[in-house]
Amino acid sequence: MSFIRKPRIPLPKSQKNVLGLTRQDYEGAMSTLCAGCGHDSITAAIVEAFWQLDVEPHRVAKLSGIGCSGKTPAYFLGQAHGFNGVHGRMPAVATGAQAANPALTYIGISGDGDSLSIGLGQLCHAIRRNVDMLYVLENNGVYGLTKGQFSASADVGSASKKGEANRQPPIDPVFLALSLGATFVARSFSGDKAQLIPILKAGIAHKGFALVDVISPCVTFNDHEASTKSYRYTRDHHTAVVEADFVPLRGPISAEYGSGDVREVAMHDGSTVRFRKVAEDFDPTRRDRVYRYLRERQDAGEVATGLLFMEPDAPDMHEVLGTVESPLVDLPYETLCPGAEALDSLMEKFR
Amino acid sequence: MSDPVNDFALKIATVNGTGSASANGLLMQSIFRMGVPVSGKNLFPSNIQGLPTWYEIRVSGAGHTSRAEAPDLMVVLNPATQTRDVAEVRAGGWVLHDSSWQLRRDAQRDDVTYLGIPFAELCTERFEGSRARVLLRNIAYLGALAALLDVEVPVLEELITQTYGRKKKLLDSNFEALRLGYDRARDAFHCPLPIRLRRMSANDDAVLIDGNTAAALGCVYAGATVAAWYPITPSTSLVDAFSAFAGQFRKDPDTGRLRVAILQAEDELAAAGMVIGAGWNGARSFTATSGPGISLMGEFIGLAYYAEIPSVFFDIQRTGPSTGMPTRTQQGDLLAVAYASHGDTRHIALFPADPHECFHFAVAAFDLAERYQTPVFVVSDLDIGMNDWVVPRLRWDDAYRPDRGKVLSAAELEAGARFARYLDIDGDGIPHRTLPGVHPRGGYFTRGSGHDSHARYTEDSVAYREVVDRIARKIDGAATAVPEPELVVDDALGAERPATVGVVTIGGCRGAVVEARERLRDHGVVADVLRIRGFPFHPSVRSFLDRYERVFVVEQNRDAQLRTLLVVECGVDPARLEPLLFYGGMPLSWGPVVKGILAALGMADPDAASQPTGAAPAPSPGSTPRLEIARGGA
Repeated sequence: MSFIRKPRIPLPKSQKNVLGLTRQDYEGAMSTLCAGCGHDSITAAIVEAFWQLDVEPHRVAKLSGIGCSGKTPAYFLGQAHGFNGVHGRMPAVATGAQAANPALTYIGISGDGDSLSIGLGQLCHAIRRNVDMLYVLENNGVYGLTKGQFSASADVGSASKKGEANRQPPIDPVFLALSLGATFVARSFSGDKAQLIPILKAGIAHKGFALVDVISPCVTFNDHEASTKSYRYTRDHHTAVVEADFVPLRGPISAEYGSGDVREVAMHDGSTVRFRKVAEDFDPTRRDRVYRYLRERQDAGEVATGLLFMEPDAPDMHEVLGTVESPLVDLPYETLCPGAEALDSLMEKFR
Repeated sequence: MSDPVNDFALKIATVNGTGSASANGLLMQSIFRMGVPVSGKNLFPSNIQGLPTWYEIRVSGAGHTSRAEAPDLMVVLNPATQTRDVAEVRAGGWVLHDSSWQLRRDAQRDDVTYLGIPFAELCTERFEGSRARVLLRNIAYLGALAALLDVEVPVLEELITQTYGRKKKLLDSNFEALRLGYDRARDAFHCPLPIRLRRMSANDDAVLIDGNTAAALGCVYAGATVAAWYPITPSTSLVDAFSAFAGQFRKDPDTGRLRVAILQAEDELAAAGMVIGAGWNGARSFTATSGPGISLMGEFIGLAYYAEIPSVFFDIQRTGPSTGMPTRTQQGDLLAVAYASHGDTRHIALFPADPHECFHFAVAAFDLAERYQTPVFVVSDLDIGMNDWVVPRLRWDDAYRPDRGKVLSAAELEAGARFARYLDIDGDGIPHRTLPGVHPRGGYFTRGSGHDSHARYTEDSVAYREVVDRIARKIDGAATAVPEPELVVDDALGAERPATVGVVTIGGCRGAVVEARERLRDHGVVADVLRIRGFPFHPSVRSFLDRYERVFVVEQNRDAQLRTLLVVECGVDPARLEPLLFYGGMPLSWGPVVKGILAALGMADPDAASQPTGAAPAPSPGSTPRLEIARGGA
């Protein structure tokens, strides 16, 4: 069994962002997950991403379903409203909340059981609607709280802690999302914060549904030699096919990626995602090519990671619904009720 | 029969998908416009095209709205059902049929008058195109009915103009078809029949509207901004109407964009989740569904109850269990709604009896949901929701302002208002609430898992009980906030009236029970009626039950669900509540109610003579009363 130390946040806690807030202001309650759980690293990356983006914590709504992943919104952004709903149904709650008030920033945390089994339909339809939210799928291949059953993302041949091998093919959220027309698809690894943080930032800025599948090893039930979702296996097999950096609208133009083949994609809000190609023939804006490329990497036994696909200008749910600019929750009642006179004349049609 | 003017029933038997529904609607509306009280019941199959369908119209100058007993006139246009259709007509009644074909031998009686008009032949001669011929045949029988029943032709013509006015050719052929049927009937028969119409002015302050449309209008007026739903009969037309009204009333004049979000969900689970998400965020949100949807929404309903999230659920009941009979009516969800979801739950529910109440209860539901921070159900049914009813004109009071409940504002939070999401600060069981994004001090974690008064996760017995006991008190408190029961008693007799029995009923049974009450008087039985309009029950329900030696509970389900609720919630001896149950899927008429009560009182069946005496009794699924006097537990 491999042992991984919980990643350390290198920057001092006291550093402040534009809002004058420290990272601590973006933290939540103490985690009750197992020591070394990949989910805690993701939580830390989320804290970092929101802090770096200078998002007001109370302007975030954080939602989750049920399972280990479902607990994690309690561990970040303590000032934000949280919603831990029912198993597999977070997308619906987020959709309704988004419909009512798009002015908030939405982050949904789910797991592979929550998203790929009981909630598969809801995930698919949230993708179809292009609900403007960051959707983090904390993917460990097992059911943790019920003690180690395979989930729908378990690879064929991957074995449980007791040695039983999984024989059913996995549902891969990245391929699923690409085929459903998702407008932002990424995969990362909880142990690779350098890759994960910019992806989360880009996902938050993306106007639409941003799926980030994060391989997040379960240290208690799925981190052994025969697992394909262990820290060791993921470290050995994950290949960053593309490196992405998120450049906020107001951020300085950095020259870090001055060398190499750089491609910039403008986001809806004017921010930029800067892709540095590490593979030939990879274009993160071409759905078919991305799909084909990822299939090839998969056949080669690699877990391709990075911000894999982006379509920044696709209409989001509100655009499709044709709702007014102002959040529905902010509309004064006077603008919603047609009044007595209108009812009176309407009644003539019912005579 | 006494004076049959403005007091008769007709039934039109056709095939669905042939356009007859529109023609029948025109007839109904014409009668309404003649100022005569009228009610219509569309008895349609769960099918797109080709199956039998019926439309019943009851004309009642006295204003009775319940389903008619045996029809006086049957319009037989569906060969597949002609035998049973003819059998249903009362002795001495009339059968208008399409004589392009011969009536079968078993559809011939000697105690009714046959009025044959070759509608199909006439339309084939006169019009081109097979579809047009089928559609215009409907208008032709409408013309014949106009002659037979004295429907004012200008009224019909005006309606047809309003319906087809934009298409000149269509308008002309409709007028022609109308005249065709009218003239033929005038030529062939002595018109009008004794059953006929005479203009009144009973509808001056009335409208003709279905319950789903009225409920949708209520949602618009209440300020609902998010609707999430999954299509299901018979609730679909509620959201369809809401969509149409949104296009009319909620369009920003400058941008053309909508002040509403209507989400067609992937299933009812998602619809419930969306409603709850929007309610959590501060929007007035609702869904419309039917029994199967309520079953699927169960888990989310429990979440909204326990996490205390305002949400409104319209349950337009249909015949269950399971898929049941999707186009037939029933009151089969009373228990399912009252205690929906696992664990200890109890929900506020409103029970409209007609479209007028659908409108007002829709508005009330949003106020109650936000005041009590809980799911609220508006429990309607197919008969109320999909049939057109003559009801008092809907009116709006511009002084109305939504009751948003105890929501702390940014200013209150900034000023340091004490906030603990689930703490009973005011002693009424209703906690304070904050909305996402309003203020850093308002943040809390909403969860369906065990939580304490500060919204923190808990597995502690005392902390858990503090919250669930408070919620129970909160819902108890709603008993005096839901609409009070309607009491129908004979005021003329004064307080000392010799009431023999009490009758409790609910929802769409109202018309039948009130009319039955009048008929019972002819038999010396004085019945006081109490109609439940809200749950938890208003305290006056218990006192009503205590007032009478014998109490009948009239409802439309097999298992006496209202009676069960009364027994459980009011703690009365079950033996004192005698169930009268009608659950065949048809709207209720007064006859079975009268019969059931008289039988229970050991009195003779008064209506034996008025039953059809022709061929074998028609299978009429709605008129099978199941009467049992409960002894001990039911």
